[in-house]
Amino acid sequence: MTRLALLALACLVSAPALADSLKIGLASDPDSLDPVLSRSFVGRTVMAAFCDKLFDISPSLEIVPQLATAWSWSQDGKQLTINLRSGVVFQDGEPFDAAAVKFNIERDVNFPGSNRRSELPPIESVDAVDPLTVRITLKAPFAPLVGVLTDRAGMMLSPKAASAPGADMANHPICAGPFKLIERVPQDRIVVERFDRYWNKDHIKLDRITYLPLPDATVRLANLKSGDLDLIENVLPTDLPEIQANPKLGTARVALLGYEGIAINLANGPQAKTPFGSDARVRHAFELSLDRDAINEVVYAGQAIVDDQFVSPDSPFHDEKLKPPARDIAKAKALLQAAGAPNPAVTILIGTSPEQQQLAQMVQAMAQEAGFEIKLQAIEFASGLAADQRGDFQATLAGGAWSGRIDPDGNTYSFLHSGGALNDSHYANAEIDKLLDEARAAASPAERKILYNRVQELEAQDLPIIYLTHRSWSWGFTKSLHGFTPVPDGLIRVVDLGKS
Amino acid sequence: MRRYILHRLALLVPTLVLVSMLVFGLQQLLPGDPALALAGEQRDPQVIEFIRHRYHLDQPLPVQYLLWICSVLQGDLGESIRIQRPVLDLVAEKLPVTIELTLFAMVIALGIGIPAGVLAAVKRGTGWDILANAVALWGLSTPNFWLGILLILLFSVELGWLPASGFVSPAESLGRNLATLIMPAFVLGNAIAAVVMRHTRSSMLQALRSDYVRTARAKGLSELRVILRHALPNALQPVITLGALEFGGLLSGAVLTEQVFTIPGFGKLIVDAVFNRDYAVVQGVVLVTATFYTLLNLAADVLYAVVNPRLRS
Repeated sequence: MTRLALLALACLVSAPALADSLKIGLASDPDSLDPVLSRSFVGRTVMAAFCDKLFDISPSLEIVPQLATAWSWSQDGKQLTINLRSGVVFQDGEPFDAAAVKFNIERDVNFPGSNRRSELPPIESVDAVDPLTVRITLKAPFAPLVGVLTDRAGMMLSPKAASAPGADMANHPICAGPFKLIERVPQDRIVVERFDRYWNKDHIKLDRITYLPLPDATVRLANLKSGDLDLIENVLPTDLPEIQANPKLGTARVALLGYEGIAINLANGPQAKTPFGSDARVRHAFELSLDRDAINEVVYAGQAIVDDQFVSPDSPFHDEKLKPPARDIAKAKALLQAAGAPNPAVTILIGTSPEQQQLAQMVQAMAQEAGFEIKLQAIEFASGLAADQRGDFQATLAGGAWSGRIDPDGNTYSFLHSGGALNDSHYANAEIDKLLDEARAAASPAERKILYNRVQELEAQDLPIIYLTHRSWSWGFTKSLHGFTPVPDGLIRVVDLGKS
Repeated sequence: MRRYILHRLALLVPTLVLVSMLVFGLQQLLPGDPALALAGEQRDPQVIEFIRHRYHLDQPLPVQYLLWICSVLQGDLGESIRIQRPVLDLVAEKLPVTIELTLFAMVIALGIGIPAGVLAAVKRGTGWDILANAVALWGLSTPNFWLGILLILLFSVELGWLPASGFVSPAESLGRNLATLIMPAFVLGNAIAAVVMRHTRSSMLQALRSDYVRTARAKGLSELRVILRHALPNALQPVITLGALEFGGLLSGAVLTEQVFTIPGFGKLIVDAVFNRDYAVVQGVVLVTATFYTLLNLAADVLYAVVNPRLRS
């Protein structure tokens, strides 16, 4: 009788099995799916399935062509010529060509409310030289441009679909990616289906992918273990051993392009007027009180990358000579004495995630040993943003984290350049401003590396941001998954991804 | 009776106007700038300005309120800034999910709570009473979040009988729809069943001590008839009130349970909207929920009259 009941239950609940379909658990629900309006990291993950870009990032952090085939800069660094792939069509059957690239770059700049405008430099013109060659002419040299085009600014929408009256690219984007968007139910699922006319269709191994937003990490993991999901992102470091011990499951991990740090208010309103904000020696003492390795072990189960730079050690722009200072309480106390502030008080804004609270408590306990009086103030996301911007903070962990970009310009200019849009510390150093401007104009990566390394040196003297770690990003998956390639931008590449 | 219902329906209008003002006003007390929160990590000043202008955030508050109310009266609840979709579409998409989950949970709650309460009252002081009270205590003191995870681990991970989370619409597959809803509905129903049981028990005890029950017994009616026909209808009145309140509460979104089982209902919608300062969504959902809540209270009052003939006059 029980067996019969179980059989009936199994018949009732069993889903139709699709051998070539995949279910992916996301850490949150994406926002707008229009590349021009998209704001969220998770949105980029989903868009990677249906929107190809001019360029992409390789696992070793090199820029590789995607819808482009090659690129070259003019001598003066103001003209970028991009050769395009032939035979590419959008999901509405329209051809992809230089005119489409021109349309999309101009849309990035001109679309009302575009989030891409601030990522792109001032553009003089975009010209279709021939159907497969496009030239972008800039008002001033801007070396990070190709890096910017590896992200949403480089995603190509069908001009016909995007310019049609009543076009709704936020919910029904038409791109030239390997899959096409079939359905989106906010907070429930996003379904994409194989695009048969994709330019690289031989490398598409799946018929359908369903993305399911499951914000709770425990729930994501339970779904993976029960077989309801094939792949989950953002596995908690503490859950990794459990997955690794499961013979049916596997994991992958990368160090992300961004950083975790503590940003300090140096000149943004009255809250900056503390020993912490006004004396670099106090900030150095604070840094010396911290044990980054212990933080990594306790908060990130040893999975983060301990570092004190704005780019991760995987980046070619990382300065190998610079090492994070080891914990030295005696030296920290001596510095505080020299600064005339043996017990400086500081309030740190922290986010509401358990991880962030744990990190904050460790920082608090460590710094107290050197004489700091640390108060922690938890603040949720939107309030934290507003507090950071209006200078209502002394130091912030919540606002000290950055998702990261492949080009170091994306991790520095807005934060360290005086007047930068994200420079909530109101840090100003004329030499750093000059170096960052030069790094934008310099053509050769070698030359740019020297400039960024110098910025890092100067930044380490002033410490407007104390970098702690580069977070790792982990995925868990069933062993039947194959072709999964972890890339340090944390996005899921669907080309060659399959299931046996 | 008809006049009473019409009178109550007329009261709906000022209630909703008040609710709309309250939700609009309270939202303004939330710290943080919606335009800033929705401008993305680049925080482009032009984008912030654009959002402010497009969604009338640059207008004085009374103007913002009037603009919103005017569109609501025309059937337009506004647009979600976060995902650029009409709020009405979102409500229409989530409401059936929430209603189904709520009904399912209430069936479980009343199906367990009322019989358990009657049993506990009739068998007062016996092992049945202790058992029912113990179960009620368990239901009241079990956090939904914890119970949800526990059920997933047992029925999905260990036994593999039920899907761990997600939602399938009944139109797609009724079997899978029930399979996805049974665990969240049980988690919600379990907690409410406990409260229903306690209320049913205490009002049944009162009813069983009343004169009309003694009279019914004296007439020689069977004990079952005395309990079901005479005591229970009277004892149900407070349970109806409670049921309507709990029903309304569930309709406004079972946040934690929806989060654990990834049920795309009102709870998830409103929490995401509050965190993202997606004002139009918060306002729209609260308004719809308040309408339901008021209608449910009205339904409860009508039901009183159904179970208690004295109120019909």
